[in-house]
Amino acid sequence: MANYSTQEFKSGMKIILDGDPYNIVENEFVKPGKGQAFSRVRIRNLKTGRTVEKTFRSGESVEAADIFEQTMQYLYNDGEFWHFMHPETFEQHAADATAVGEAAKWLREEDDCLVMLWNGSPLSIEPPNFSELKITQTDPGVRGDTSGGGNKPATLETGAVVKVPLFVNEGEIIKVDTRTGEYVSRVKE
Amino acid sequence: MNLAGGAGDIGWRPTADSRARLLRAALNRMLRDFFAERSVLEVETPMVSQSANPDPAIAPLGVGPSEYLRTSPEFPLKRLLCAESAPIYELGRVFRDGEAGRRHHREFSMLEWYQPGYSMTQLVDEVVELIQQALALTALPPLPVEQLRYHGLLSQFLGEEIPSELDALRHCCTAKAAMNQQSASKMNRDQCLDLLFSAAGEALPVDQITVVSHFPASQAALARLDPANPQLALRFEVFAGGMELANGYDELLDGDELGERFNRDNEQRAKAGAAPLPVDEALLAAQRAGMPACCGVSVGVDRLLMLIGDFSHIHEVINFPEVQG
Repeated sequence: MANYSTQEFKSGMKIILDGDPYNIVENEFVKPGKGQAFSRVRIRNLKTGRTVEKTFRSGESVEAADIFEQTMQYLYNDGEFWHFMHPETFEQHAADATAVGEAAKWLREEDDCLVMLWNGSPLSIEPPNFSELKITQTDPGVRGDTSGGGNKPATLETGAVVKVPLFVNEGEIIKVDTRTGEYVSRVKE
Repeated sequence: MNLAGGAGDIGWRPTADSRARLLRAALNRMLRDFFAERSVLEVETPMVSQSANPDPAIAPLGVGPSEYLRTSPEFPLKRLLCAESAPIYELGRVFRDGEAGRRHHREFSMLEWYQPGYSMTQLVDEVVELIQQALALTALPPLPVEQLRYHGLLSQFLGEEIPSELDALRHCCTAKAAMNQQSASKMNRDQCLDLLFSAAGEALPVDQITVVSHFPASQAALARLDPANPQLALRFEVFAGGMELANGYDELLDGDELGERFNRDNEQRAKAGAAPLPVDEALLAAQRAGMPACCGVSVGVDRLLMLIGDFSHIHEVINFPEVQG
């Protein structure tokens, strides 16, 4: 089992604490002029996304988390699990709703996603920065109606709801920034 | 801030800007004037020594197989005091292995001075005056001063008396200083106090100078114990801007007791699995021959620069910081 000493701590390092995998966001060396040195880290729980602060004694060892990221193709959702495929080994991985989280709103079959694996199982899914999705429902835009700031809600094929300009119609495909959930443009087929 | 320096593969540019360089030059000039006005003599002492400070919390950098770079000029300065009782100071670089962070750098500038015949109160006043003068360099108004005792600072931070039970103290470390539970369970009393003191110091108001004095005897370092209460040591620290700026003592004079403290330090090193360090026999001999009653203090000059120049990372005041792997 691999360990990291606090002297090796740096942001981006993945560790295990109380059974959960964490990402080191920030590491600060703390030491009174006369006295024990400490490492104070801000760490993000990779399961819950919650960030906490922890302090370790300098020189202590902490268990390293066996985590790596891999681009995989999203295949399909079977109602319970989302299935992804490694592009070279064709190995398939099933991710549950906790791992997929908000990404579910943007996943379209055959899209390449960044899958974070912990001990070989998907821990989190990062969708592509931009996703092209079809509008399944939106009210027809009324010319001159600016009551909604020139926008109206549109439901996409994945169930996500985004604000689109009034001129965009049902059945059209739009490009969405998955990081902000905002409409970018219409996509011509 | 671009900590990596300039463009290209090798960052060769300084991380400090011209404002920081001008301010450092102005501060050094002010410090020398400050001591010249008070007839404190500038002296120089060796950077390389065959002995080292055995303090288990300080790691010296080795030079070759059997010599060390100084971690402070304290020991040779004290030998000078034993030879000739006169106020002296040294402004120079010191080295501490493994110290790297926002407020730590492996080599840093230390100002250390000694005033024979001073009480701790007199020296504290002089340190405060020096910091106020430094603040004036950047046209900052003098900061208000608060004086606290170690016990008062810590119990105020904890919201309760400092627990005497080790388990309760460890609990304070997890509750008040985010100590990892498993790590806390292996900490001794002084390690807990170090952590809580650091956290309490950082939580002090940034826009005041805070003087903390009367440390517990176990945290005496090289201060003498308070004759009025030998459970306390006549040691003080000065905080401003959320940083520890100065550490001073009403100096321990007794050469035999100094030798015992060195031995205890080396025993602690051994317990922690570290090699003992050769103690400064010349200092022990000097103090056994007789040391004048005096108070001494050291100030972190880089942090003082950070305070007066409003810099948030020590690399902003150091031209070419250590390259981290």
